[in-house]
Amino acid sequence: MNVKRVETKRGARVRVLEAGGGAPLVFLHGAGGFFHENPFLDELATRYRVYAPELPGYGESTGEELLEDMLDFALHGWDVVAALGLERPHLVGHSMGGMIAAEMAAIAPNDLAKLVLVSAAGLWLPEHPIPDLFAFLPHEYAQVLFHDPEAGQALLTGGLDFTNMQALTDFYIANSRRMATAGKMLFPIPNRRVSKRLYRVAAETLVLWGKQDRLMPPVYGERWIQLIPGARLVQIDAAGHMLPYEQPKAFVSVVANFLG
Amino acid sequence: MRFTWFNLMPWPYLPDDFRQQNRSVWVDIPGKLYDPRKGHFVYHEYMDQLEYADALGFDGIGVNEHHQNGYGLMPSPNIIAAGLARRTSRAAICVIGNSIALYNPPIRVAEEFAMLDVISGGRLIAGFPVGTPMDTNFCYGQIPALTRDKYYEAHELIMRAWKEDEPFAFDGKYTQLRYVNCWPKPIQKPHPPIYIPGGGSVETWDFCADFDYNYSYLSFTGYVRGKQFLDGFWERVAAKGKDASPYRAAFAQIICVANTDREAEELYSEHVRYFFNRCLHVYPGFADPPGYRTIKTLKAGALSQLTEDALAKFPTLTWKQLVDDRYVIAGSPETVRQQMEEMIKGLRIGHVFCLFHNGNMPDWKTRHSSKLFAEQVMPKLRDLWPEWRNDDRWWPKPMADRREPERSLPGAEERR
Repeated sequence: MNVKRVETKRGARVRVLEAGGGAPLVFLHGAGGFFHENPFLDELATRYRVYAPELPGYGESTGEELLEDMLDFALHGWDVVAALGLERPHLVGHSMGGMIAAEMAAIAPNDLAKLVLVSAAGLWLPEHPIPDLFAFLPHEYAQVLFHDPEAGQALLTGGLDFTNMQALTDFYIANSRRMATAGKMLFPIPNRRVSKRLYRVAAETLVLWGKQDRLMPPVYGERWIQLIPGARLVQIDAAGHMLPYEQPKAFVSVVANFLG
Repeated sequence: MRFTWFNLMPWPYLPDDFRQQNRSVWVDIPGKLYDPRKGHFVYHEYMDQLEYADALGFDGIGVNEHHQNGYGLMPSPNIIAAGLARRTSRAAICVIGNSIALYNPPIRVAEEFAMLDVISGGRLIAGFPVGTPMDTNFCYGQIPALTRDKYYEAHELIMRAWKEDEPFAFDGKYTQLRYVNCWPKPIQKPHPPIYIPGGGSVETWDFCADFDYNYSYLSFTGYVRGKQFLDGFWERVAAKGKDASPYRAAFAQIICVANTDREAEELYSEHVRYFFNRCLHVYPGFADPPGYRTIKTLKAGALSQLTEDALAKFPTLTWKQLVDDRYVIAGSPETVRQQMEEMIKGLRIGHVFCLFHNGNMPDWKTRHSSKLFAEQVMPKLRDLWPEWRNDDRWWPKPMADRREPERSLPGAEERR
């Protein structure tokens, strides 16, 4: 994918992965950010003009100190859409990105085409408490995030050599910066009350869930469709919370079916 | 030199297989391990010890704040301090401290500290920790990346509330108050001495140097490992052109005094190992949530005190390792004096927070150790900084004519 850099009116500098042609589609990543390889984005780009911005605090995007609460992050999302010069793009958000996309769709319901929420964060069901991502040890992530933890572990570390002390330190610092930003939306409970605002969502909405999601079980997907008028739920097998990475082909095919 | 007798107030009844059965002494320690009826006796024993330290001639008596913690039974140190303020009349009351980012609104801390200063006749030392990740983030739910920002705002509010004589409006990001009007106000002017307990955040060094606050390095791993943090602090003090008074800095140290080195091992070894083995059994996932320490601190290479490596090592430490590697200063009065002098000079500190009660140490041993220290060690360490002998900038200045609490003896009402 190509790399593009934009600056928002607020002053955040954002790195955007960009490729393909067709209707504009903005993909918002989850708390871990993009991996080294993101095959589902390449696949989406065969059908859409894909824009995948990295949040400030992630990779080369900066300005995270400008973003403090959920409204900041939602408005930042629209600021990026404006900086890219897009009109009514499709919004696709994964996990924390889904939380942001849902807020964006509630705030400006007529400014998007369709909405896709993939294993979206942002709701809390007391009878299904979500494991505390912020108290995980490094080796615990894969177990909870992936249907296939072994394959997931390889994706998480992206071929990094952890016997190299400098590489390990760099990884630790980059991860701290990413998760510090995520914490502003997700800590200590990933619920900033978007549920109160979802009645405003006017875009046609698809909710996608991995059947084996151990972080946020599929019952969360069912809750999303109760709260968003007319939304429908599709569950994908052999996929955990990191569904787009584990089942990229199935993911893109369901999304494309919905978006047209 | 000033010596403050400090009690962390650990729960002394953690079972032998505590480590094997539980993942952490802190945050998610099972409630069933606490027994409030035993707790009644534990609090009284610990408070009696603090009062005993006052009688022994320690300069200060110290308490601190922890939450959901099996080695720190003071979610509210102010409650303990209030008891001490009434039952002692000489020693400084060192509350180190109140995690000011946790209070909503933080004016509560200004009020309670003012009450303590007034009740004690101006003996309060006010500590403002940023707080540990366990307490601040995991127990009290503060967002790690915003904790420090909230802390700075709370600090500004409290200091202004103590200083201003007229009500004022405070339009903060985290706290908005239309009428800030701290009533009562502290006796000590412009404010009680401020101590900032720190781990290893570089921002805290600058904060202490900028405001002339005491930097208190609190760890349980001894002065050899503490030195890099104190060195870092002193570098910032020098860089800012401040004087190098050792009273700018304090250090916490586990100390065990006996008649001989051998007696120290016999008396204290099991209790110190209880502390390292059970009390410091903290789940590493709670130790360093992303955002709590800034990227600047991470890049400075300051490791968290509670790294996985350190946490894995604590339970395996033998008495010999604990003593040889100076996690603890233990032995005869002369051994302890020598090592204390080495620590005080090596770290350049004017205050020591002395930890005599450790883990499940019984009362008589705690008093034995404290008394030997007060009588045979402390007097020899008093004058290690002769050129700063009169520097009392970081020590309370109580009222000369403060009132002694009435003792509720039978017949007291007739004497009135």
